[in-house]
Amino acid sequence: MAETVLTNPGQSPARLEGWRGIAADWASDQRAFKNVSWGKAMMWIFLLSDTFIFSCFLLSYMTARMSTTVPWPNPSEVFALNIGGNHIPLILIAIMTFVLISSSGTMAMAVNFGYRRDRVRTAILMLVTAAFGATFVGMQAFEWTKLIMEGVRPWGNPWGAPQFGASFFMITGFHGTHVTIGVIFLIAIARKVFRGDFDVERRGFFTSRKGYYEIVEITGLYWHFVDLVWVFIFAFFYLW
Amino acid sequence: MTNAAVHMEGQLHAPAHGAVATAAVHAKGQQHPIKLYLVVWGWLFVLSTCSYLVDYFGLHGYLRWSLILLFMILKAGLIVAVFMHMAWERLALAYAILLPPIAVLVFVSIMVLESEYTHFLRVLFFAAPS
Repeated sequence: MAETVLTNPGQSPARLEGWRGIAADWASDQRAFKNVSWGKAMMWIFLLSDTFIFSCFLLSYMTARMSTTVPWPNPSEVFALNIGGNHIPLILIAIMTFVLISSSGTMAMAVNFGYRRDRVRTAILMLVTAAFGATFVGMQAFEWTKLIMEGVRPWGNPWGAPQFGASFFMITGFHGTHVTIGVIFLIAIARKVFRGDFDVERRGFFTSRKGYYEIVEITGLYWHFVDLVWVFIFAFFYLW
Repeated sequence: MTNAAVHMEGQLHAPAHGAVATAAVHAKGQQHPIKLYLVVWGWLFVLSTCSYLVDYFGLHGYLRWSLILLFMILKAGLIVAVFMHMAWERLALAYAILLPPIAVLVFVSIMVLESEYTHFLRVLFFAAPS
């Protein structure tokens, strides 16, 4: 029983691999995730539930788009911008995609430096990631403003199927909320990293438990998931 | 998978021997060479550019859809496997997280049938005569 409450269990030497390993890990009347802390396992399970939420949004969008007899607005044109006199299709969304991928890269670096216990670099990289995330949300606010000015509403738009607005605001709004929460999460953890909480094993004010650099990886899991969701939104909503 | 595990063990043991005792206790997380992340990062940029070019060049039909899906799956796979370290986790965790989304694919196929039926009824009864 004491085994189950350890947050960072030691690695026992011999563990089965493959299907026998799965059966052994799950069937042994003890913790199923042997070398993963509860924090990481719970983040993964939360992300799995979030996967279902975003799947349902994308599914309802697919159903609306497949079943309507009115032509769907062409996203390539809807999200085009005029830059320097040139009409470039979907350029704003492409830039947002690159911003989010850049942030994913800096986050992966932050996790790496976190495990090397390089607190200054970890904190800086996390703040850079948060800055990219904030840029992304800013561009999304610009995009929403532009579309609302052009007359897009959840119940109609000037170009075609009225469900376009509802799908757009629901899907991108929920994703943008996730990015915003991620930025707050990143800043909070970056502050703790920079202060050296995980070097002196300072106890958290709320949980009274010691923190470890693993929290950087858990934050990273959430952040990469936000990027992952954007990959699917980009493919299905903007490119399809 | 076996190679990945061996690779992880190698990465784990290297810092544990040289570092101070406290570092060795907690340095058991996911440690991989920076170069791996940079390479994956570069590929994500390339794949994103590719999927944008699909739209830029205005490809149509099955070519467009298959390319979009291909680039999407490659990007998602890279992010989950390397950035989220799923390639190095034990299979008990990987399968617990990666198998349930298959239910979503079943849901997709159900809703494709359903929306085709709805579309058929709308065309049959409600479409404006043109």
